[in-house]
Amino acid sequence: MSFEYAPAPESRAVVDIASSYGLFIDGQFTEPADGGTFKTVNPATEEVLSEVSEAGADDIDRAVLAARRAYDEVWGPMSGRERAKYLFRIARLVQERSRELAVLETLDNGKPIRESRDVDIPLVAAHFFYHAGWADKLEHAGYGPDPRPVGVAAQVIPWNFPLLMLAWKIAPALACGNTVILKPAETTSLTALAFADICRQADLPPGVVNIVTGAGETGRLLVEHPGVDKVAFTGSTEVGKAIMRSLAGSTKRLTLELGGKAANILFDDAPIDQAVEGIVNGIYFNQGHVCCAGSRLLLQESIADEAIDSLKRRLGTLRLGDPLDKNTDIGAINSAEQLARIDSLVKSGEDEGADRWSAPCDLPERGYWFPPTVFTGVTQAHRIAREEIFGPVLSVLTFRTPDEAVEKANNTPYGLSAGIWTEKGSRILWMADRLRAGVVWANTFNRFDPASPFGGYKESGFGREGGIQGLGAYLDAEAAS
Amino acid sequence: MSERIEVRKTYKLFIGGAFPRSESGRSYEVAAADGTFLANAAKASRKDARDAVLAARKGFIAWSAATAYNRGQVLYRVAEVMEGRRGQFAADVQAAEGCAARDAQAQVDAAIDRWVWYAGWTDKLAQALGSANPVAGPYFNFSLPEPTGVVAASAPQDSSLLGLVSVVAPIVAAGNAAVVIASHGRPLPAITLTEVLATSDVPAGTINVLTGDPAESMPWLASHADVNALDLTGIVDPELAATLERDAAGTVKRVRRPERPDWYGTPSLSRLRGVLETKTVWHPLGV
Repeated sequence: MSFEYAPAPESRAVVDIASSYGLFIDGQFTEPADGGTFKTVNPATEEVLSEVSEAGADDIDRAVLAARRAYDEVWGPMSGRERAKYLFRIARLVQERSRELAVLETLDNGKPIRESRDVDIPLVAAHFFYHAGWADKLEHAGYGPDPRPVGVAAQVIPWNFPLLMLAWKIAPALACGNTVILKPAETTSLTALAFADICRQADLPPGVVNIVTGAGETGRLLVEHPGVDKVAFTGSTEVGKAIMRSLAGSTKRLTLELGGKAANILFDDAPIDQAVEGIVNGIYFNQGHVCCAGSRLLLQESIADEAIDSLKRRLGTLRLGDPLDKNTDIGAINSAEQLARIDSLVKSGEDEGADRWSAPCDLPERGYWFPPTVFTGVTQAHRIAREEIFGPVLSVLTFRTPDEAVEKANNTPYGLSAGIWTEKGSRILWMADRLRAGVVWANTFNRFDPASPFGGYKESGFGREGGIQGLGAYLDAEAAS
Repeated sequence: MSERIEVRKTYKLFIGGAFPRSESGRSYEVAAADGTFLANAAKASRKDARDAVLAARKGFIAWSAATAYNRGQVLYRVAEVMEGRRGQFAADVQAAEGCAARDAQAQVDAAIDRWVWYAGWTDKLAQALGSANPVAGPYFNFSLPEPTGVVAASAPQDSSLLGLVSVVAPIVAAGNAAVVIASHGRPLPAITLTEVLATSDVPAGTINVLTGDPAESMPWLASHADVNALDLTGIVDPELAATLERDAAGTVKRVRRPERPDWYGTPSLSRLRGVLETKTVWHPLGV
């Protein structure tokens, strides 16, 4: 007996997308100097949603100038108590407009409305709320008696959690007294532009937040601009390294949150069904477009077969399709380019001899889709065990002893996150101590909170976002003792 | 009676707790500030740098696994042993830097005190930099500082002992292992320090000291995939510093840029923070 689900789409009437957007500089939407634009599409339908401006060198100059003036004249001199109130306002405005933002995020990104509504947007509000409270308490954060802001921050974010990554960047920067120029990813600009409207509603002084849209070249112009004091980047390790090289020899401060290839380690004493839910959440959440995704499943040998069977059974029940449908589990891949990358890495897995299994589901005809996929028979040498796929693809390996699990988990240049599934508390802490990763989830995965610092070891980057530790990225090096 | 001829010391590298010559067989002449010959110091090669990283990786495993209390005692022991050799260090510093005897002694005393300061930090970092985080969910969420791993450092060129200690002590106080290149022109106080390290219960490989030209050795370390962080404090040439920083990007090393602070000032936590990672653990609550 099978159950059919009637469609349950969220209404898109709640959003009003303009046919084109300018750049948000110095408190106003302005046309780009050279008039460049590009289209942003709904990856679930390939429908063009809007035209977005491409910022060039002149626009970046203007944005940096506006941010500098706002820093010197308004935001820098403003007391923390007043800054805090602006951030609280923003948090409330995000809550008030949460459904609109969730629908807009789902339209532009392709992620299920269930995730944008229940995870992304609530966390955005929480990040502003948390950091608002810091703005007038920075002297208690452990960075010296009178910590100062860094200045003008250039922030470049990815497309996987567009508005949430914006919040992770802008909230601490503003709380610490910096002004920002933020560049959203080229495929997901719309919620950042909606955020510009929230800044308007909050009466945020002009120039404190500037949003410049564009692709890689716009990002390069921004981070290399001599008027910038601080660069914060979230994205691929490859681009992170390029940014690090371009900043070499300058006085700019840098934090990087890059790729990952997290191990999710399942011990034989863990409750399998609960663990399988966590494994599914670890790699298929947000179509696997998660830098900290649990993309390598390490199974203790004695329960490997049982766990794989259970996992496949569960994957067979996931619903892939219209991201706006409230019952959808797996949405669209964010772009044709990303889909091609997933395809090519999956092909390498097949070519190198791993066994592919994909959940049986019908893929919509239009848009970019990839079914939840599991590779078994994976060795540590396979590309699918070493490279970040950034898609709904899980590579399964096995281990016998806790020591072997640690060794395999750490056998990667990345070090962003890891997961441990066991009933034994002492083993959780023993493992957590040995895993070279910035975030360790025990009997859960992909949890985020503004009070909880996030960031990587090794080639997953440096610096933390969130918590008291995250403030250090936006406070002056000398004062930040 | 004729004047006694002094017994001169051969100055060598300090790698993995041993005192090898450079495998290259090379040395260079070290002169006092007034130009008189002091010694031939070993001129470290690429192979020496790689050997030092290998030793540091082994040293890191033992050192980072030691308790914070133990690490604190070991670093305090370094200060104790230095105290007993104040005169020798002062003579070394005076010869190297050509300063007044009083100033040399002041530098030695400050260097000893610096070990004491950092020794006291080992078992406080987790409390000062760690946190229990009030997340909105059924988890005990905590963050702890952890050493980043192997740190390659260029010691200051001018302050031959205090500068060196100010760079090395925070690296190891945080639980890392160090490969440090001593001041090129003033390397002898650093070698005397290695004799103290060798007799102070510092596990082999925790601190490795190379002498020679940082412009030659640092590029090997900056591009070495098993080095986690790069401290460019003693790199004087801005072009070289920029090149090293670019090389460090290959494996996303943590980089500390060159600086020439007043080493007598009270240190901040900045050097410790720079070689620490933050690990956050979500531990479930439930019955």
